[in-house]
Order: sequence, then C-alpha cells, then structure tokens
Amino acid sequence: MIQLFVNPNYNFIGRRRWAYILSAIFIAVGLVSMVAKGGLRYDIDFAGGTLVQVRFAEPPRIEKIRASLATVQLGDSIIQEFGDPREFIIRLPLGAATAEEVSRRVQGALAGDASLAKSEIRRVEFVGPQVGKDLQLQAVYAVLTGLVCILLYIAFRFDLKGGVAAIVAVFHDVLVSLGALSLTNRDFSLTVLAALLTIIGYSVNDTIVAYDRLRENRGKFVPKGQTFEQQMNTAINQTLSRTVLTALTVFFSTAILLVFGGKVLEDMAFTLFVGVITGTYSTVYIAGALVVDWTNWVEGKLGKPKKAVAKA
Amino acid sequence: MPRRLWARLAVVAVVVLGSLWFLYPPKKPINLGLDLQGGIHLVLGVETHKHVQSQTDRAAEDLKGSLERKGIALKRIAREGEAVIAVELASPQTWNDVLTVTSEFQRFERRDEDQAAGRLKLVMSERQVQQLRDDAVRQGLETIRNRVDQFGVAEPTITRQGTDRILIQLPGVQDPARAKALIGKTALLEFKLLDDRTPVEQALAGQLPDASEVLYRRDVDRQTKAERKVPYVVQKRTLLTGAELTRAEVQADPNSPGGWQVSIEFNATGTRIFGEVTEQSVGKLLAIILDGNVYSAPRINERIPGGRAVITGQFTIEEARDLAIVLRAGALPAPVVILEERTVGPSLGADSIRQGLIAISASAVIVFVFMLFYYRLSGLIANVGLGLNLLMLIACMAAFGATLTLPGIAGIALTIGMAVDTNILIFERIREELKVGKTPRSAIEAGFRRAFTIVVDTHATVLVTAMILYNFGTGPVRGFAVSLFVGLAASLFSAYFFSRLLFDLLYGRRQKVAQVSI
Repeated sequence: MIQLFVNPNYNFIGRRRWAYILSAIFIAVGLVSMVAKGGLRYDIDFAGGTLVQVRFAEPPRIEKIRASLATVQLGDSIIQEFGDPREFIIRLPLGAATAEEVSRRVQGALAGDASLAKSEIRRVEFVGPQVGKDLQLQAVYAVLTGLVCILLYIAFRFDLKGGVAAIVAVFHDVLVSLGALSLTNRDFSLTVLAALLTIIGYSVNDTIVAYDRLRENRGKFVPKGQTFEQQMNTAINQTLSRTVLTALTVFFSTAILLVFGGKVLEDMAFTLFVGVITGTYSTVYIAGALVVDWTNWVEGKLGKPKKAVAKA
Repeated sequence: MPRRLWARLAVVAVVVLGSLWFLYPPKKPINLGLDLQGGIHLVLGVETHKHVQSQTDRAAEDLKGSLERKGIALKRIAREGEAVIAVELASPQTWNDVLTVTSEFQRFERRDEDQAAGRLKLVMSERQVQQLRDDAVRQGLETIRNRVDQFGVAEPTITRQGTDRILIQLPGVQDPARAKALIGKTALLEFKLLDDRTPVEQALAGQLPDASEVLYRRDVDRQTKAERKVPYVVQKRTLLTGAELTRAEVQADPNSPGGWQVSIEFNATGTRIFGEVTEQSVGKLLAIILDGNVYSAPRINERIPGGRAVITGQFTIEEARDLAIVLRAGALPAPVVILEERTVGPSLGADSIRQGLIAISASAVIVFVFMLFYYRLSGLIANVGLGLNLLMLIACMAAFGATLTLPGIAGIALTIGMAVDTNILIFERIREELKVGKTPRSAIEAGFRRAFTIVVDTHATVLVTAMILYNFGTGPVRGFAVSLFVGLAASLFSAYFFSRLLFDLLYGRRQKVAQVSI
C-alpha cells in the first residue's frame, strides 16, 4: 500500500497565525499588483472592443505588423504574440471603428505589405459597450450567487459558523487567483470567470470533508481535556490524505490543460491551476482555523464551551 | 449470486447500452460550438425606438392628410421625441373639428390641450409604444430568419435575447462580411421623385425646401475601392416602398457587360400605385433608394402599367443575389446594430479540437496511471468507472443535443480529475476501516456507506456553481457549465454505484477475502 501520509499529525491549527500572515501577504501582493496596474485587465468580453487573431505564413516582427497597421491608423493597437511565433492577436479599444471596419482595414494593411501578405484572419471578436457592461454586472452577480449558495449549503449541512468560515476561505481563493492573474499580466475574461466559479464550488469540497470528520469524531468519543482546537487539528490530519489526493488529480487535469490546452484556454487553465492549489491550502489553514478562532472568541466571551460545526 | 446484484448489473447494462445507442450512428453525434467548428456569432440590437418614431411619423402624415381634406389649416405638425405629435392650428375656430378627426387616431391620447392657442399634442400610449417595440423585434427576427434561410446556412440559430436583442449563430459560414451585410441591412426600398426645382449646388449650400432632402449615390471603384458620392435632391415624400413587392430576381445588366441587376415586381396595390405615380410624373426622374442611398434615378418616359422595375448599381452577381434576397424577405422594421460579434475561422476551430483532444487524453492517461499506481486493483476499478463516466458524459450530450465548446472540452478534462475524487474519498475511508481491523468485506461496506454523504455534499457544491454558470454564461462558457454538470452528475453513478457493484462482484462472492488491493 502506497501512502502519502502515514498517520499524519501536523500541528496545522497551532501555526495558523503564520498562515494568516502568509495569506495576507499573498493577497496584498496581488492587490498591490492590481492597483499598480490600474485594476484587473479586462478582456474584451468585459471591456468591449475588437480583437483580431491573425496567423502568418512566416513569423513576422511585431514592429513590422505595427508599422503596417499604422498605415491604416491602427498603429496604437495592442499587438501580442499568441502561443506561436506566427500567430498574433491585435486588440483595439472600443470606439476606434466597427468590427467590420477594423477587420477590413487590418486585412487591407496586411495585404499591402509583401512580407505579411501571406496571412489568415482566424478570429474576429467584437463586443460593444452595452454588452460588456451587462456582462460585468452579471459576472458580479454570478460570483455573489455562487458564494451565497455555498454559504447556505454549508450552513444547512453543518452550521453557520462553518459556512461563513468556508466562504471566507473560498473568497480568499478568489482573491489569490485574481492576484495571480494580475501578477502574470493575464486578462480577466469570461472563461476566467467560469474558472473562478468552478473554484468556488470545488475548493469548498475539502472543507466539507474536514468538517464532516470533525462532526463524526465529536459524535463518537472526545478524549478528555482535548480542546476544540485540537479536535479540529485532528480532523484535518485525518482527512489530510484525502484533501491532498483529491486536489492532486484535479491539479493534474488543470496542469495538463495549462500545458496542452492551447492558447485560447490558457488563462482559464491558469486560474483553475492556481485555484486548486490555494483551495487546498485554504481548507487546511483558513476554513478550519477560522472556525477555531471564532469558537474560541465566542467561548472567551461567554465563558462557557460552545460547540461549533458539531450539530448533527 | 444475490438477486440485488443482478438488478444492479441490469441497471449498469441498461446505462451502457443506452449510452452506446445514443452514440451509435457515429457521424457527428455531438453538436460542436461555433468556437470549434467555425462560424459567426452575432448579437444584434434592434433600434426599436426608430420603429416607434417611423410609426409616429406615418400617423402624423395621415393626420395631416385627414385635416387637409377637411379644409383645416395647420400652422405646424411635427413629431416630438419618440411618440408625440405636436399640432398647431392656424386658427382656433376649427378646434372642434380637429377633436373629431384626432379621435380617430385611437393609438394616441390627447394631451396639453390649449384651445385658445389652438395647440394640442397627441401622445402614443405607453402600452402601444411597448407593443410597437415588441413588434419591431419579432418582425425583425422573422425577416432575418427568412433572409438566412434563403442565403442557405445549415442549422442556423436565430433567437430573441432579452427585450430588444437578437442572437444569431451561423455555423460554418466562410464569408462573415457578406453574411453580416445580408443580415444587418435594413433593406428599406423607397421610390421618391427628384426635386427638379432645386439645383443640387443650392441644396448643398443649405437652401433646401422643407419637403426635400439631399441623398447620395455611392459609386465604388472595383479596383481602387475608392468611393465617390453623387448628390441628388429628392422629395421627402415616399411614393412606394418595398413592402408592396412580390418578386425580386437577379438578371444580367444589359447596359453593363458582366454586371448584374435586380428586377422587381410589385403586388396589385404596388402595381396600381406605381402606374398612377408614373402616369402623373411622366418626364420626371424617379429615384430608387435603398436604406437612404440612391441607386439610380431613371427618367419616367411613360406610364408603367405592369408593376415592374429594375434596380441597377453595377452589382456583382453575389451583391445582386443578396440584394434580391433581402428585398424578397422584406425590410427590417427598424435598423439593427451589431452589439457583439465573434467569428472563428474553421482552421482555428480545428486546432482547438486537436489541442482539446490532446488535453483530454493526457488528463485521462495521467489520472488513470496515478489511480492504478496508488490504489492498485481498486484503482483499476476507479478507472473502469472513469471510462464509463466519459461514455455517459458524451452520450448525454448527444442525447440532449448539448453543444460542445472549447471551454466545454476543458470541462471534460477537469471532470476527469474531479470524478475520481469520489473514488479517492471512498478508498481512503476503506483504508481507514481496514486499519482499525475490520474485515475486508465490512471495510468496503463501511467505506461506501460512510463516504456517501460526503460524496453527495461535494457533488452538490460543484453542481450548484455549474448551474449558476449555465444561467450566466453565453455560448462557450455555457458549454463548460454543461460538460462540468453532466460529467459530475454521471460520476455519481459511475464512481459510486458502478464501483460499488464492481467491488461487490470482486469481493462479495468469495467467502474468504484475505485482503483488499487498495
């Protein structure tokens, strides 16, 4: 039998202050990056604008493309290599021209340059201002609905305290993922949002497993004198191999998507990849630890023990 | 073998055979999204207020006619805003007659009446305005569907989205510019007389009678693509529109070798009006106007009784064909604007499919190997379950006609990693039970039983978020939500029910099970 952990007994909860500090640093770094870069970089899904993806027969130089586009007054577009030295995307903000106009002008400009003429326009996307704005609003609703549903579910299956702690942990994962997106200069797109929502639903799973174990243990026999903190730590240790193994298989899937999934899926795969890692970490260190601190605080206030996450 | 085992075997057999049945004719069992097969996705916004405006304009025109017939002189009649007609009488004496006439316009309510000054306003009721806006979208949708059908696109999707949007998906269309021109054209065909009393130079200088306007003919040079605009002074009054048209056909243009024209034929009403108009205006120039652009302005030599006309404009065969289509399908009641457009070429779609398949296979292989390595025979059981899971996922998508998109492929790859989570939860529990000294069979029994609630809980949270995503998302993201949802739902069966069955088959019959390979 291969075992990842043999009777693990790490003092996770005892080191929770370090974890809080670490999380705070991660989130702070992400937030600083976002603020320094003027907010998240919205993809055209949310910001609106036009995107043209072109594949050239020969790898061109970016300056060459820019010079060519400048002849049709599109010289200030954002031009990026896209997964392959022959493949480029050209982005234009809203208002420059209609998608029709842009793709016609791009085509004309490229055709006018002998070294760029052998090219194929593979994708054109245009999102108008109203659609982008609608999607922004809907995205916020979707994330909030996701969080509320998870909160209600856990509050219903366990208790409110556990639900709130789980949500804080999940929200932590969302923040860390967004920070990672900003640090790596990736765009926030519809597929990234889909990845975030998936993380919201998935990352809470390990937390449920740990809570469930805690409840089961407390229902059986609690050694005398064991504090709530120790009980939580035991539950996390007992479910540690599960937490890590389940995350590992999903981690494999996301890593493969990141490597082989192609450029179009890359940002989504990256978000899932980061989310799975931070989701596992936050189960151990944030969700469990918060319930302990909250319970301790309540007990300290009331001066009598109170059960958390232990109601059947 | 106990009876329950037979029943469970039968359930699995039904599921497997059912899945295979849905997949059986293997030609394209699954709909591919536009991002995979290439095509155009368009969201059009219908400018419904323009429909209300034009209806109000028409009512104002009618009202003016009715009042004039009754000999009531007007100082002013004009549309204000979207749906208000302001009327100002030349003399307040005619007030009561005016009230009689306006009461016939039932869509409007009288407001701001000022008898002394002879002023009143006719306001369209809010309900009428809403009705007109709704009509504009519904008719627009029908017209566009008609055009697309005539254009010939396999399996187009044309649906209403929200109150004033139309979603159009055209898979496999090679020439997006042409398709968009065909769909987005208002195609309002109008016949108007030229104003031969106002010289063009004078009109361009701004000295234009109220009843006239300047419109242009756009001549595009085929080689240089340079556009030349030729101005015409046209009377505003529309004599006839394309609404009275019955036929529109492509013909070779006799005056321009290699060029094409569109011949049109009016219905009975149109033929009568056309006959009258041409009779009254012999010697004048009649402008043929499409969407505000003059196409030609031939001289009327005599009364034209047959209700036929041609539209010339140096068309290529494709342009002429598309023009004939839009004329036959009719004009959009209101102009549309493109709010969102996503065009994917077929080569990009093919690349995406290839990369997606690689990702799914690689994901399956690595998870497969890992499970086998870590859990041995039990891992193999999990892997067989994983295979069943994928089979069910694909069969469900085929059965329900769900659309597979590129993010949907990512969803499948992700499902592979998540589906075995159920097995891991169960196996870890079984190991624990074994560790406390249970016999293999009771450990398996306890493992499955105790892991059940957890399996349900963990599925529930992801399924809920998948549902939220489905409700939120459009196209590609929706595809992701679908494959995630279906894949996870199927894993409840394959990773729990089916694995359990395999365990029972393997370890259940033999009385002595020394150990479990887990």
